[in-house]
Amino acid sequence: MAAVEKIIENRIDDKTTDSKALKWVGTRAPRPDGVDKVTGRAKFGADTHLPNMLIGKVLRSPHAHARILSIDPSAALALPGVKAVVTRDDFPDQPAGAVQPAGEMIINYRDMTRNIMAREKALYEGHAVAAVAAVSDRVAGQALTLIKVDYEVLPHVIDVDEAMGADAPLIQEDLITEGMDPAPEKPSNIAKRVEFGHGDIETGFSQAQVVIEREFKTRPVHQGYIEPHACLASFSEDGQADLWCSTQGHYVARGHCATLLGMDVSKLRVTSSEIGGGFGGKTVVYLEPVALALSRKACQPVKMVMTRDEVFRASGPACGTSMQVRIGATREGKITAGDATLKFQAGAFAGSPVPAAAMCAFAPYDLEHVRSVGYDVLVNRPKVAAYRAPGAPLGEYAVESVIDELAKALELDPIEFRLLNAVREGVDSSYGPKFGPIGCIQTLEAARDHDHYQTPLGSGQGRGVATGYWFNIGGQTSATLNLSEDGSVALVVGTPDIGGSRASLAMMTAETLGIELDKVRPLVGDTSALGYNMLTGGSRVTFAGGIAVVGAAEDLIRQLCERAALTWDLPLDDVEWIEGEARPANGRAGSEAPMSMAEIAKDMAKSGGPIVGRHSTNAQGAGPSFGTHVVDVDVDRETGRVSVTRYTVVQDAGKAIHPGYVEGQYQGGAVQGIGWALNEEYIYDEKGKIENAGFLDYRVPVCSDVPMIDTVIVEVPNPEHPYGVRGVGETPIVPPLAAISNAVENALGIRFTELPMSPPRVLAAIEQAG
Amino acid sequence: MAKIVLTGNLRLYTGGETELELNAGTIRSLIRKLRERYPDLPESLEDELAISIDGTVHQDDWFARIQPDSEVHLMPRIAGG
Repeated sequence: MAAVEKIIENRIDDKTTDSKALKWVGTRAPRPDGVDKVTGRAKFGADTHLPNMLIGKVLRSPHAHARILSIDPSAALALPGVKAVVTRDDFPDQPAGAVQPAGEMIINYRDMTRNIMAREKALYEGHAVAAVAAVSDRVAGQALTLIKVDYEVLPHVIDVDEAMGADAPLIQEDLITEGMDPAPEKPSNIAKRVEFGHGDIETGFSQAQVVIEREFKTRPVHQGYIEPHACLASFSEDGQADLWCSTQGHYVARGHCATLLGMDVSKLRVTSSEIGGGFGGKTVVYLEPVALALSRKACQPVKMVMTRDEVFRASGPACGTSMQVRIGATREGKITAGDATLKFQAGAFAGSPVPAAAMCAFAPYDLEHVRSVGYDVLVNRPKVAAYRAPGAPLGEYAVESVIDELAKALELDPIEFRLLNAVREGVDSSYGPKFGPIGCIQTLEAARDHDHYQTPLGSGQGRGVATGYWFNIGGQTSATLNLSEDGSVALVVGTPDIGGSRASLAMMTAETLGIELDKVRPLVGDTSALGYNMLTGGSRVTFAGGIAVVGAAEDLIRQLCERAALTWDLPLDDVEWIEGEARPANGRAGSEAPMSMAEIAKDMAKSGGPIVGRHSTNAQGAGPSFGTHVVDVDVDRETGRVSVTRYTVVQDAGKAIHPGYVEGQYQGGAVQGIGWALNEEYIYDEKGKIENAGFLDYRVPVCSDVPMIDTVIVEVPNPEHPYGVRGVGETPIVPPLAAISNAVENALGIRFTELPMSPPRVLAAIEQAG
Repeated sequence: MAKIVLTGNLRLYTGGETELELNAGTIRSLIRKLRERYPDLPESLEDELAISIDGTVHQDDWFARIQPDSEVHLMPRIAGG
């Protein structure tokens, strides 16, 4: 045991502060999934097949809001080749108030069962109403046309401000707003009010010499993952089932499906595929319980794959918002008060990320008087799903836009203004707790000193800056290291690899064991392989998974030292693990030749049997992350097109285990933010139907839209992680919306308070400004 | 005694009180004592919370230690994407 403790002590005290002492952590090692992905060998959600497999398809509501009077599937069932039809009657209703923790989220299963299959009403265009399983895609499609559904079409509402109006059509007739004192007596579409802050807001504004107040509006967007939702379900006659799907969390998907179908969790095994993007949108289930229900009824495997049209109409999306922000400051540049009201679309069921948005909105600033109020508002859209730092980009878009205006009014450099007010360790956050070690100031200083910020702009160009914040999380995580007879190890984890976690987890494993990286093969196990794992989300996997794999490696080392001690007939305390081998220690040093992992593994049958390192944890102490972005834009005054000409992301990673992957996260967040800021929006017609449910009309950035995104990795170690890791996956999407808006204002002298700043909107503003 | 700060909508269940002092020892004990003091707190309280102890955020962590001089903030649970 002493040997292990010594290793831990060395790692924490020396290695995290001295990158030269690390062999793998901090390097750009080859990615373990790279060859399979570039050769097409990798299996994504739609790539699994079984004998006798049926094809499942969903009938979706053509109405944004309609009461379902009846569903008659008899003609579809009579069609040759149709094996099963499911409707609301095939899913047991969940009790009111059936709110349960599931992974990182609190799930209202009464809502979830209605989201995956409409019951009393269809609540949005694209809402699933029935599903069929048939012998072919063609027959399944034909069967959908034979299902008769009688609707009573109801008035609908999409816009968040309209949905809050007294005369708005009610989406859930019995919804009473939470968080109001006194509680309202009448139902409305406002599911919840939240409020955060401290101090006295009016006292703060009375101390200000400059106050700026603005209103903002943002359109709903989609996460835009390239791979559609896909799954294959196989239910056996004995009540056991297997599910293969593209998901961010197969343990969480297992729990959702078992609850929705009324089955024991252990009877369902879920295997996650490679995933072609999720960004939060694959933390929930849509097709999976439907495919299982169809398979249970048909007694055959059922495969379901969404079309792109279905992805846009029935999955994700992220919120549209309406926001008001007021900030006051002294002439010297000290912010005296910040006040925000954030109204977020939740979709047809409660649960927008407005609480997180309200908590993050002023997080970069040290404020004595601050208040942020949020409203969670139902509209006739699918229930919103998480999207990278859920809510934070929106609230910080509004706040950082006003911060930029204040800096301009005070004739201060926007970064220096932020530095005058930035949070540091020991400061109370705007939402409550004191910050521990954080890198807000370090990212601002690195941005200020970067060549990008120091380079003069071209004619007609504009430059914008914004800072963003995200909490990051930990959570339940398990890992196993199976020692092979040749000394190599299989690392089994339970978190789908979205952003390079197999690489980073293998690197921390190899580092801790002191062995070559290519002796570690990282794999994502199915739900029967390990203890519980929360999903891949919240920027948690390299943090929490890192703690798990380091713990598993230490468990393996302890056993390896025990085998060496037994072999040498030494007390365990006289064996230490150095550079991947067991060595006699203390007064026995040099008495025996060191034993490598391969040598111990070769004889493990004789020395006691298989050696397996395990660790399960509920990781706590995730390190929050700040980022500052600098962006240059060029605006075509004749077309209104905004071109991003230069972009730099600066962010605190704590410790970059694999800098290449960290940079990829930074760049990916910036690119998604560019799309959100400049082009992406759902467009609805007067009946509440989406008019642009495809990538031709819903405009995500392509390579030609973005420059090379420069990155700067700041490293302020998180003391709660063995190697100092913070999460990095979400913060990069927080600053871009404001940074780009600030750059456009800098270029044109026009402040945009609506997103996206698409060419028609920009051109109209230019023409209006004359 | 530890300083306990209730953020968000918790004040609706505490008669407007947002700060108090308690000797709790652990998060589980803290939740129990808060329930005794504020019977209107919802049953689902602990499932919906993140708890910061001296700046370190805990979720679902019954036995995390709270020192007598700790500053503890109760806030909404964090879920990411």
